[in-house]
Amino acid sequence: MQTEVVKGNEEAVPGNGLDRENYINAKHGIWSWLLTTDHKRIAILYLVSITLMFFMGGAFAAGVRLELMTPKGDLVDSDAYNKLFTMHGIVMVFFFLIPSIPAVLGNFLLPIMIGAKDLAFPKINLLSWYFYIVGVAVFLVACLFGGVETGWTFYTPYSTAFSHTNVILAALGIFIAGFSSILTGLNFIVTIHKMRAPGLTWFRLPLFVWAHYATSLIQILGTPVVAVTILMVAVERLLKLGLFDPALGGDPILFQHLFWFYSHPAVYIMILPGMGVMSELITAFTRKRVFGYEFIAISSLAIAVVGFLVWGHHMFVSGQSTYAGMVFSALSFLVAIPSAVKVFNWSATLYKGSVSWESPMMYAIGFIGLFTIGGLTGLFLAAMGLDIHMHDTYFVVAHFHYIMVGGAIFAYLGGIHFWWPKITGRLYPEYWARVAAVLVFAGFNLTFFPQFVVGYLGMPRRYHAYPEEFQVLNVLSTAGASLLGIAYLIPMVYLTWSLFAGKKAPANPWGAKGLEWTIQSPPTTFNFDHQPVVTEEAYAYAEGHDTSHDAAPPAAPVRA
Amino acid sequence: MWSFPLFPEQASTLASKVDALYFFLIAISVFFSILIAALVLTLAIKYRRRSEDEKPVPIHGSLLLELTWTLIPAGIVLVLFVWSAEVYFSAVRVPKNAIEITAVGKRWMWKVQHMTGKREINELHVPVGVPVKVTLTSEDVIHSFFIPAFRVKKDAVPGRYNTMWFEATKIGKYHLFCAEYCGTKHSGMIGTVYVMEPDAYQAWLGGEQAGASLASVGEKLFTDLACITCHRGDSGARGPDLAGLFGKPVKLANGETVTADESYLRESIVTPSAKIVEGYQPIMPTFQGLLSEEQLLQLVAYIQTMKAEVKDEAGAAAPAPAVGAPAAAPSPGAR
Repeated sequence: MQTEVVKGNEEAVPGNGLDRENYINAKHGIWSWLLTTDHKRIAILYLVSITLMFFMGGAFAAGVRLELMTPKGDLVDSDAYNKLFTMHGIVMVFFFLIPSIPAVLGNFLLPIMIGAKDLAFPKINLLSWYFYIVGVAVFLVACLFGGVETGWTFYTPYSTAFSHTNVILAALGIFIAGFSSILTGLNFIVTIHKMRAPGLTWFRLPLFVWAHYATSLIQILGTPVVAVTILMVAVERLLKLGLFDPALGGDPILFQHLFWFYSHPAVYIMILPGMGVMSELITAFTRKRVFGYEFIAISSLAIAVVGFLVWGHHMFVSGQSTYAGMVFSALSFLVAIPSAVKVFNWSATLYKGSVSWESPMMYAIGFIGLFTIGGLTGLFLAAMGLDIHMHDTYFVVAHFHYIMVGGAIFAYLGGIHFWWPKITGRLYPEYWARVAAVLVFAGFNLTFFPQFVVGYLGMPRRYHAYPEEFQVLNVLSTAGASLLGIAYLIPMVYLTWSLFAGKKAPANPWGAKGLEWTIQSPPTTFNFDHQPVVTEEAYAYAEGHDTSHDAAPPAAPVRA
Repeated sequence: MWSFPLFPEQASTLASKVDALYFFLIAISVFFSILIAALVLTLAIKYRRRSEDEKPVPIHGSLLLELTWTLIPAGIVLVLFVWSAEVYFSAVRVPKNAIEITAVGKRWMWKVQHMTGKREINELHVPVGVPVKVTLTSEDVIHSFFIPAFRVKKDAVPGRYNTMWFEATKIGKYHLFCAEYCGTKHSGMIGTVYVMEPDAYQAWLGGEQAGASLASVGEKLFTDLACITCHRGDSGARGPDLAGLFGKPVKLANGETVTADESYLRESIVTPSAKIVEGYQPIMPTFQGLLSEEQLLQLVAYIQTMKAEVKDEAGAAAPAPAVGAPAAAPSPGAR
C-alpha cells in the first residue's frame, strides 16, 4: 500500500495536522518535552522509554534462550544465567508491561476519547513519568553494579538473607516506579469521573475507557501493597528485623501472600488495558457495534474485583492449608468466566460485520487465539491436583507468556499500529506491518508452545542446566525466540521510517468511530477547538459510517 | 538422539489420576480453541469487507447468548474444581500405613534420612507398592521436592514441616528436582529416585552403612541435651510430659487448642515461647541454632516413639522391621 511519497499531494490530505499547529510542533526544544504537561507528549516520553526497556528485557531473554540451547550450562555461568532471567522478568513486568498500554495509549487517548483537553492532573501526570524514569535509573544502577539474581519474585528468605546481589537497589527501583503506576491510576479515575464530555454517559464510554477504569482501580489498591512488601524485604536485609526469617520468628510464606496479593492482580493490570484495545480494534475493523457492550464493560470490573482474591493459587504446594487452597482454586476458576465472556463477545462482533484484515486487526485476531490458549492453560494451573505437578515448571512459563506476550503485547502492538496515524500524523507501510504481524505470531508460538510440553515432562523453571531428554523442545523454543526477536525489530524499522517518510495520515484513516478520529492527526495541544458533545453510544456505526477516508473536520462532535 | 519423550512416565498411584484430569483439560482446551479459531476465522473471512460502502447489520447483543456462554463455562469450571480438589485430596491425605522418610533441603543438595537411620544425599531409595510419607524442611531457603514421574511436589520451607506422600508403582530410576529457585546451583540440586522391590529395599536399608534408627539417635540427643530434667513425666515436672503426646490435642495457656504434630514439636523446641502449654511457665530455653534440621527431625522422631513406649510394645510406630539399634550411635551432627 505504501509507495514513494509524492511531494505534490502532501497538502491534499484533509484532517492532517502536520503542517498546521499540533502538539508536536507547538513548542520546541528538549525542555518543552521534559517539562511538558501535555498528556500526549507525556505519552511519547513513555513510548520512547518503555521501548528502550522492552529491548533491554528482550536482550536478557535472548541470553536465557541461547543458554538453554544446550543441556549443559555452558554459555554463561550459573550466577550470570540467574541474573539474566531475573532481570528479564523485572524489566518486562515492572518497567514494560505494567506501564505499556496505560501509560502510552491510555495517556494519549483517554482524555481525547472522553472529549477532554487533558487529564485531570497534568502535572501529576508528568510527575508519574519522572517516578518511572527515576525507578528505571535506580534499577539500571543495580544492573551496572552486577545486577540481581533473586528471580523477579524476590522470594524470602533467599532475597532477604542469602542473595549477595543488589537486591535493595533493584527493590528500590521497583518501589519508586510503583508511584508512577499509582498516580497514573489516580489520574485516570478522576479524569473519567469528572471530565467526560456533555452527553458522554458511563454506558456510552468506549470500552477502552472502561478497561482503563478497571485497571486503575487495581493500580491504586494493589500497588501500595507490593511497595510495602518490597520495602519490607529491603528493611529485613538491612536490619534483620525477622519479618520473614524463621530463625527470628518470621514467616517466609508471609512474603508470598503479600507479594502475590499485588502481583496476581498485576497480571490484570497488564491484560485488562489490552482487552480495552481489543474492543476498539474489533469494532473499527468490522465497522460495527460491539456485541454485548455491557457484558464486556462489566466483565472488566468483575475480573478486577475477583482478581484480588485469587493470589493463593501461587501457593498450592507451599504448605498452605488445603481449605484455603480450595477457596483460591474456586475463585481462580471463576475468573475464567468473565474472560470467556469477552472472547465470545468479540468473536460474535464479527458476525455480519464488514471485516477488514489490516495489520491492527491481524494482531487482534492473533490476540483472540493466543489469549484463548493462555486462558485455557490457566485452568490447568487453577486445578489444585494438577498444579502440584505443574507448579514451577515450564508449563507455567508458557502459560503466562501466552497471556503477557500473546495477550498484552499483541494488543499493545495492535494498538500502536491502529493509533500510529493519530499519534504521528503518518501512515506506516501496511505490507511490512502484515509481514511483521505474521512473523511475531509464528515466532511466538514456536517459542512458547514447546514449553507446555517440556513443562508437563517436568522441566523446572529457572534451570541453568537440564537433563538431555529436554533438549529438542528447548532448541525449538530457542529457534522460535530468534524468529520472534527479528520480528520485533521489523516494526521498529518501518515505524521509525514512517516518521520521516510515511504518507501523511488523514484524520480518520480507518473510517473508525470515536472522538479521537474526529480531530486532526496529530491533534492540537488541547485536542478540541470546541467542547464536543456526544449524542450517541460508542461504536454507533449502524447509521452509516464514513465512507470517505477524509472524515470529519477537526472539532466536530461525533456524527449523529 | 531425535527420540525424545513428549509425556512423562507414570510411576506412582497418583500419576494416572493427575493425567486423567490433564487429558480432560486438554480435551476441553482443544475443543474451545478450535471452536473459537474456527468461529473467528470463518466469520472474519465470510464477512470480509468487499466494498468501502457496505454497512454492517447492527446487532447489539443477545441475552440468551450471553447466558449461554456464561453458564456453560461456569458448569465446566465447577466440574473441574470438584475433580481437581478430589485429586488434590488424594495427593495430600497420607495413608496410615505409610513408611516415613525425612528430607532436608540445603543449598544445593537433598539430605534424606530413613527411619532406620540410613542416610543418603541426592538419592532416594523407596520400595515399590508401599506408601511413603516424606517430611520436608529446609536449612536455608525455600526448596521444592519434585518427582515428575510421581506427579508430586512440595515446598521445603525453613522453619516448618511440610509433608507429602506417594506410592511408587514401577521399578526404575526417576528424576528428583528442586523446583523452587534457590540460588547459584538451583539446577544442580537434582537427584535420582530409585524404586526397588520391597525385599531389595530392606536389604539396602540394612546395608553396611545403616546406623542407629532415627528415634534412637533422637533419644541420645534427648539425654545429651538434658531434656529429661524438665520433661520427666511426673506431676512436679517443670515441663509437660511428652510420653503419649504425639497426635494429641494440647491446651495452651492462651486458651487455644493445637494438635501435637511434627510442626508443633519442632516449633516448641526451636521457639518454646510461641505456644505455652496451659499450667506451665515460659521457662524453656530456645534451641535455635544449636540443633541442625536433621537433629530436630531425630528428636521429633524420638518424641513420636515415646507414645509407643507408654501405650504399647516398643517399635509399634515403625512398620518396617526395626533395625536393632546398635549401641554405637553415629555422630548426630548433620553437617
